[in-house]
Amino acid sequence: MTFDPVVLFFLLGILAGVARSDLKIPASIYEALSIYLLLAIGLKGGVELAKHPLGSMVLPSLAVIGLGTALPLLAFPILHKVGRLSRADAGSIAAHYGSVSVVTFALGVSYLSRLNVPHEGYATVFLALMEAPAIVVGVFLARGAEGSARWAELLREVVLGKSVFLLLSGLLVGWIAGSDGIKPMAPFFFDPFKGVLALFLLEMGLVTSARLGDLKRVGPFLLGFAITMPLVGAAAGTGLGMLLGLSLGGTTLLAILAASASYIAAPAAMRLAVPEANPALSIGASLGVTFPFNIFLGIPLYHWVAKSLGA
Amino acid sequence: MEFARKKLVTIICEAGLEARIGDDVERLGAHGYTVSDARGRGARGTREAGWPASGNIRVEVICEEVVAQAIVEHLQARYFDHYAMVLHVTDVEVLRPAKF
Repeated sequence: MTFDPVVLFFLLGILAGVARSDLKIPASIYEALSIYLLLAIGLKGGVELAKHPLGSMVLPSLAVIGLGTALPLLAFPILHKVGRLSRADAGSIAAHYGSVSVVTFALGVSYLSRLNVPHEGYATVFLALMEAPAIVVGVFLARGAEGSARWAELLREVVLGKSVFLLLSGLLVGWIAGSDGIKPMAPFFFDPFKGVLALFLLEMGLVTSARLGDLKRVGPFLLGFAITMPLVGAAAGTGLGMLLGLSLGGTTLLAILAASASYIAAPAAMRLAVPEANPALSIGASLGVTFPFNIFLGIPLYHWVAKSLGA
Repeated sequence: MEFARKKLVTIICEAGLEARIGDDVERLGAHGYTVSDARGRGARGTREAGWPASGNIRVEVICEEVVAQAIVEHLQARYFDHYAMVLHVTDVEVLRPAKF
């Protein structure tokens, strides 16, 4: 197992926050960094996508949507019955864990490229496809039979939300441009990627440090869940990746996606659709526990497991 | 110069509510509103403008008293239980009263 130094920026952010440094990333810079990362990830995936026949990704894509739908269905009964959380909280947390984290995925890609492990370019399509289904399922689970959720608004927010929109537009532009067409943009979108990711992680660390208090509310059950659920997700992702015949890199990325928990798209959607759910619990678990767990231990572990299994 | 008396409704709430509050106040009869990013600290912890899930906004609506009343009642019923929201109403004097 090796270790990607870029994750140290996350620790620096936490340190700055805990030490009450006046370090602050302005809101508009944060916004720009996230647009850049989403577009760059999309473009990179699109260029790779152009090298494969599109037909070859239909089945994997459907399977991945199925995985995104299944994960919250698996998490919900554990949270609701075993953890005795309310329907609203269980549904909301299930949605966070079924949905994905773009930064965790980007760190996975960078981890694999450091080790020169190739992966299917359409893994980025998996990222775009796995964000929304779990959120919709989570709202269903939280709301139960009562139909008070504003579905049209939710679908617009989730399916056409900024992150899915930017990922898909990047994929489309990259796919149309191909590796030659993208060259003029490469010095901007590809070369500085790692540095931008570092800045973004710094901000993630600052945000996490401001929410460390939430961890106290998380409690032992949810703490255990926040570490066990990624392992269960990774196992499901690894199994599915091997079943689909993906390469070692592709299988590892699918495991990482299934293990990751959303802390940007899901919180925003849940806040509107399930307001009675306590965001401190879901964000405390996904950002405070699962995200650091995945970037420091999970990614090397999932890669090692997939490799040992001969993916 | 002729000043006319109106009500200013100020709503400080979670940034995620922006689209909903905008729709609500217009439906209740306000002719317009102003939104700005806000930061602060209160019962729901530190609210930073930077990160969307913990950002706050300040919505200001200048309107007739009856409209202000309707907005306050609606927001109170709809959002107070589950959202971070601070709401206050003040008297203001404006030019061009027909605008509001």
